[in-house]
Amino acid sequence: MAATTDAGVRPARARRRPHIPSWVGVTPFLAYVAVFLLWPVGIVVWTALHNTSGSWQLSSLSFLGQSQVRTAFVNTFELSLGSAVFGAVFGAVLAYAVATGDPDGAVRRIYTAASGVLAQFGGVVLAFAFLVLIGPIGLLFHASWYLSFPWGIGLIYGYFQVPLMVLVFVPALDGLKVQWREASENLGGSAWQYWRHVAAPLLAPAFFGSLLLLFANALSAYATIQAWENQIPYVVPQLIGTAMTSEVGLSDANQAQVLAVGLIIMVAIVMTGYALLQRRTARWLR
Amino acid sequence: MRSTPRLALAGVAALALLAAACSSSSSNTSSGGTNWATVTSASAGGGMSKLITAAKAEGTLNVIALPPTWANYGAILNTFSKKYGIKINSANPAGSSQDEVNAVSRQHGTANAPDVLDVGQAVALANTKLFAPYKVATWSSIPAAQKDASGLWYNDYGGYMSVGYSSKFGTITSLSQLLGPKFKNAVALNGSPTEANAALNGVMMASLAEGGSASSIAAGVNFFHQLKAAGNFSPTQATGATIKAGSTPVVFNWDYLNLPSYVGVSNWKVFIPSGAVLGGYYNQAINKQAPHPAAARLWEEFLYSQASSGGQNLWLAGGARPVEQLAMANNGSLNQANAAKLPKVPGTPVFLNGTQNTDAANYLAANWTKAVS
Amino acid sequence: MASVDAGGAVAPAIPSELAGAGTARTRRGLHGRRRRRLNLFRYIAFTVFGAFFLLPLLALLRMSFEPAAGEGGWSLAAWKQIVSYTVVGTPSLISRVVVTLELGVLTAAAMLVLLVPTMIWIKLKVPWISRTVEFLCLLPLTIPAIVLVVGLVPVYNWIQQRNVSTLMLFWVYVVLVLPYAYRALAAGLNSVDVKTLSEAARGLGASWFTVMFRIIAPNMRQGILNASLLAFSLVLGEFPIAYLLLYVNLQVEMYSISRNTPNASVLFSTSFAVLIFTFLLLLILSYVGRPRRGRR
Repeated sequence: MAATTDAGVRPARARRRPHIPSWVGVTPFLAYVAVFLLWPVGIVVWTALHNTSGSWQLSSLSFLGQSQVRTAFVNTFELSLGSAVFGAVFGAVLAYAVATGDPDGAVRRIYTAASGVLAQFGGVVLAFAFLVLIGPIGLLFHASWYLSFPWGIGLIYGYFQVPLMVLVFVPALDGLKVQWREASENLGGSAWQYWRHVAAPLLAPAFFGSLLLLFANALSAYATIQAWENQIPYVVPQLIGTAMTSEVGLSDANQAQVLAVGLIIMVAIVMTGYALLQRRTARWLR
Repeated sequence: MRSTPRLALAGVAALALLAAACSSSSSNTSSGGTNWATVTSASAGGGMSKLITAAKAEGTLNVIALPPTWANYGAILNTFSKKYGIKINSANPAGSSQDEVNAVSRQHGTANAPDVLDVGQAVALANTKLFAPYKVATWSSIPAAQKDASGLWYNDYGGYMSVGYSSKFGTITSLSQLLGPKFKNAVALNGSPTEANAALNGVMMASLAEGGSASSIAAGVNFFHQLKAAGNFSPTQATGATIKAGSTPVVFNWDYLNLPSYVGVSNWKVFIPSGAVLGGYYNQAINKQAPHPAAARLWEEFLYSQASSGGQNLWLAGGARPVEQLAMANNGSLNQANAAKLPKVPGTPVFLNGTQNTDAANYLAANWTKAVS
Repeated sequence: MASVDAGGAVAPAIPSELAGAGTARTRRGLHGRRRRRLNLFRYIAFTVFGAFFLLPLLALLRMSFEPAAGEGGWSLAAWKQIVSYTVVGTPSLISRVVVTLELGVLTAAAMLVLLVPTMIWIKLKVPWISRTVEFLCLLPLTIPAIVLVVGLVPVYNWIQQRNVSTLMLFWVYVVLVLPYAYRALAAGLNSVDVKTLSEAARGLGASWFTVMFRIIAPNMRQGILNASLLAFSLVLGEFPIAYLLLYVNLQVEMYSISRNTPNASVLFSTSFAVLIFTFLLLLILSYVGRPRRGRR
């Protein structure tokens, strides 16, 4: 009931102002995103659905039905979800270890800085480091599963998913106030009950939001998996890579854009599921 | 409260950076006189000295996808830049031929667009609408089969597909030895055959060695299928790093890329299977909308110059075969010492034409994944 | 779990913490046990995760010490070449380091200016739009860089005709950073009771500007810091967009170095050097963001 506080409390500032709707405050953001994100995406979608002379070409969407393409989408979903869950679970554990320490301590700073660096570490160098470590001539040992999908590449993805989770989840853990734990104990709650009834519902939105972020993070990753193995296109970004950069005559920019539209649709579906899940968990808070 | 001054400071710093970025000047002014963008040869433009003057006035050349260690491009770029005092912007040295034409279409109209291209045959044939016709002074020295009649593209240098390997395997003389047990996870290509020229030609070379022909790559795909079944095929792309780490000790690649000096490993040997001599040449082309048309044309003249420090001999020094090699051997301008260092060619070279390239690519698109899964 | 204190009091609903004197030792005992268990867990976690993260880096380090020609052995050649690397046509490594750092600061600042007020405003006044904004902030991640660049070409052509500086990459970098920054800021914002704070502040006569920037934002400090660190390190590690738009930032330069020298180890020495450099930078920055002790 914020409106009641406006009446008569600020005589010096009370001026007649034309009523501007609140959402206008979001327009700078929307304008920026429109120019640098929506317009490029729009171009991609438009070119996916039109041929070079400008007329509609929905037939190119049927390309998405080919078996190699369908397998690639399934693989992409598996790898992204698997590495996201791996990253979210282990990242949450590590985030808890970090968040329960001294807020100004060296350990927390080191792990935060290290997470900042490693969350964006990927590509050729990361794949190579793992190749040297556990590949066929592994310095550590030879992992027979290193070259099989999705185990080897899933582990490599986990290497940057875990730090990313730490970075985005620690602020949420910081929001768990000590007083709530104490209050729970004062009321006779056990540790399990505290986590189940107090902490989990509070952390769930942040956890699932972070999980979603990790999923999308793995979705369009290209350089890392290409450096891991590039003879077979396991995932959609590798198919897109062939379509955009093939120099033996198999390049087809239109195909690449159709595949990208497929990825966007996949994320939209996942986000819908996520929104429904959030509405569910929000009920716990009531 | 304390954070406000700090935030304000960060904001001011960011604004200052932004102002600095926005104030830096961009485009160069175009020169008057001859419109070099439409000139089809040096003589048509008024002679070499006019070309040199115009190029110097432009002052810059944009090249793309030219790694300095590839066929001695480092020395070529250096020599050209010093000789004419023209600044070179070398973009995306690790790019593929398709990346080059993508850059031409994407960057058109900007000062960053590539002026000249060095692309594989398939890409050249597919993108002639982007090129400007031009015939270099030594045009007649280029064999007729290795250039486009109107001057849109012309071969520059090439080599033969070879197998490079670490000397720890002894001496390899035939491909069938690669199916043996000591080559577990060892054999790699330079990329995927559905994407990279070098890889497609690697599979084609295997096809020729296994009894196939230039019109059919099936025998080659089958050979790699056998490699995979024996556990000897490495799905990782062979790069200098993987070779150095010992992860890909056997590599199918062009012979000028299998030189020990390029590969960076001293105990590296090379062989070309007898009866499977597959040649491949790259092509030069000038961007029709080159931001520096005179410099682009001067660059081509330099590359095809038969002088001892001209492009042709510099490519030869890099282990590649310059396209004018025959003509230069006849008129004595070829560097004989470097020519003698080229790997011996055990048989008649085969070159893929456009149709064969396309057929091979289509066959790979349908069958490669299945063969090596 | 009804606790029984040393005195054996039978008050099932009132645990020992509230029972007064003589229970302090029990409370410390209870908390002490929990704290010790927690610390044990933390040490194990840090050791296990530390090993997981360090091993690949150590492998990288080992590869960076290989000599220029040949396998095995130890040599500093790859490290010396970081400094001595020059190739005609490509800018120097140091210049790319500097420009990428500037780009990082620019991107982080622009992202904060764009996102923080927007997210606070949404939470305060326009909550119904937050799902849409969340989707928009996730969108940049779903499109591979190769394809996004196709769509960026018209915008960047327009930009490049006015300014060819590498710093102009920040326009698209802010968009690339949105997914991560949004999540970090949202986590920070969620822990702030925005409604209560804003009502209290407005009741005392504060303007919306004061509410957003002098009351709510300082409470999101950790989230803001994390978002900035994420943005900064994303810029330092960004490769495909710069590469495909033909700009030369740090990662593109390192990639060129690795492909332009027969000494493949140079890629590893430069990567490792950049990792350490970024790590130290972020560590130093984390000291900037924290409030000094003694305020409480």
